[in-house]
Amino acid sequence: MKRFLGFVKKEFLHIFRDVRTMIILFGIPAVQILLFGFVVSTDLKNARVAFLDLSGDEMTQKISDKICSSGFFRRGENLLNSNDIDRVLRGNKIKAVIVYEKDFGRKLISEGRAAVSIIADGSEPNMATLTTNYLTAIIADFNRELAGRSAAKTLLVQPEVRMFYNPSLKGQFMFVPGVITLIMILICALMTSITITREKEFGTMEVLLVSPLKPLQIILGKVLPYFLLSFVDVIMILLLSWFVFGLPIKGSLLLLLAESMLYIFMSLSLGILISTAAKNMQQAIFISLVGMLLPAVLLSGFIFPIENMPKIYGWVSAVLPPRYFITIIKNIMIKGTGFLYVWKETLILMIFTLVFIGLSMKNFKIRLQ
Amino acid sequence: MTNNTVISVRNLVKKFGSFTANDNLDFEVYQGEIFGFLGANGAGKTTALRILSGLSEPTLGEITVAGYDARKQPEQIKKNIGYMCQKFSLYGDLTVKENIMLYGGIYGMKKKLIRERTGSLLKRLRFEEYGDRLIADLPLGLKQKLAFLVAVLHEPKIVFLDEPTGGVDPVTRRQFWEMIYETAAGGITVFVTTHYMDEAEYCDRVSIMSEGKIVALDTPAELKKQYQVKTVEEVFIKIARPGKKPG
Repeated sequence: MKRFLGFVKKEFLHIFRDVRTMIILFGIPAVQILLFGFVVSTDLKNARVAFLDLSGDEMTQKISDKICSSGFFRRGENLLNSNDIDRVLRGNKIKAVIVYEKDFGRKLISEGRAAVSIIADGSEPNMATLTTNYLTAIIADFNRELAGRSAAKTLLVQPEVRMFYNPSLKGQFMFVPGVITLIMILICALMTSITITREKEFGTMEVLLVSPLKPLQIILGKVLPYFLLSFVDVIMILLLSWFVFGLPIKGSLLLLLAESMLYIFMSLSLGILISTAAKNMQQAIFISLVGMLLPAVLLSGFIFPIENMPKIYGWVSAVLPPRYFITIIKNIMIKGTGFLYVWKETLILMIFTLVFIGLSMKNFKIRLQ
Repeated sequence: MTNNTVISVRNLVKKFGSFTANDNLDFEVYQGEIFGFLGANGAGKTTALRILSGLSEPTLGEITVAGYDARKQPEQIKKNIGYMCQKFSLYGDLTVKENIMLYGGIYGMKKKLIRERTGSLLKRLRFEEYGDRLIADLPLGLKQKLAFLVAVLHEPKIVFLDEPTGGVDPVTRRQFWEMIYETAAGGITVFVTTHYMDEAEYCDRVSIMSEGKIVALDTPAELKKQYQVKTVEEVFIKIARPGKKPG
């Protein structure tokens, strides 16, 4: 046991003395969370809209004010003619232009209908969809107010939409689980595979194998520090997302931490497997990044929903462990469900772990012969 | 030299599939002796070394190292040997003292004992003030000497050196061999593979391997007499040249 502890201590020294390792361990997770949380936010806030008001009456003024006071939009330029529309959209600052037709107010009162156009910048499809949806909703709301005041006789079916689990549709709800999932596979699989292949490359592995340390102790000793530090990472990410974004954990914290441990363990065994297959550090990095991280980002359901993928990608996704962990963590954190709802995914992660460990042991034995 | 056998190899055969890496090796190594293990690349030296150090299992044969059976008690063997390989084996990002502490700990030594020996080890290298330097900042020759002293820190019965002086300048090689002599004089058996034939002259006995077999084994002087040449290098060229049947 003493031999083992001395060995673990050495591994910690390697980690703490290497600036790059420290950055990957603690810098990247923090930056990722803040980046995804703030920058890649899908919420609409203070988007600039320009107005081309060909009518200029009280009605159009009211609508414009309502749009600008919603908190989603900010008043941009007031345009004078339709030639300017193209110019301001090209300028990139204006996300949409609202055009009221001539005699808007008069037509609305006398004929009961008037036209308003929303022109959005289609070069950013997501933003354009979001903007037009919000603008349409605000104008529809204005319609209802108007109809309510004039006590309209027409009965309207008014859908009232509510978002369960994430009422304000905060983007962070989606990104935090994804970032935890990716960061863990990055740290565990990539870093452990690098640290083990480094010993092989530098020739120190040979000396360790000749020593009284057992192969299992060597592997455990190399992996244990990463297990502990990854766990610290999970806690750091959860705290960050709670303090900075107010993201709550609706389900059991204990269950969440236990599942995280399982996932970390799974990623570590993947890292060990990679290290038994890779001849040097470059190969290990290549396998971990290209073979693991990229598919995990694209196919795990982190950014693109699995349901919308062509079938073949869905199958590929089925053999990617991150996919299951994302489901688990979303369920626990956001929906607040218990173990009964995630036992299948948990079981799948356990099977992955066993398969990885089994394959590593087989590889290791072959190499030792 | 006493005649206590510390390594005894009888009919050692190691096969990888249909390839025979070690073909019926038969030899003994005595306590306190410097035993040179020579052979061209691919002659089977490394394979034999791995078997003797408990890393790999023999296909056939009876091998005893430091009194333990290589097949049944590799763990016991590992505790009683030291090992230093061709590639440099200390950690560059740890200090001299941390490296010593690590390897001492791995071999189950008490902290107090490690500290005592660290002191005398650094003194031996005239290196007392550099104990807290990172290994990466030291010159190669010094690192090699340090690696050797770390390999014998736990006072093993046998120390295996796999081409320990590769890439080191002649002066350092000389100093390195002086350390090997001192170690052997202290009773530790030195089992060394090398490519440098002048180093072979320093050994008490040398064995020369070719194509998986030991083709010569004796003291350097006896070998030279037998083959009627002036240096071990000439002996080596005469019998170990690849493709040529051993004479």
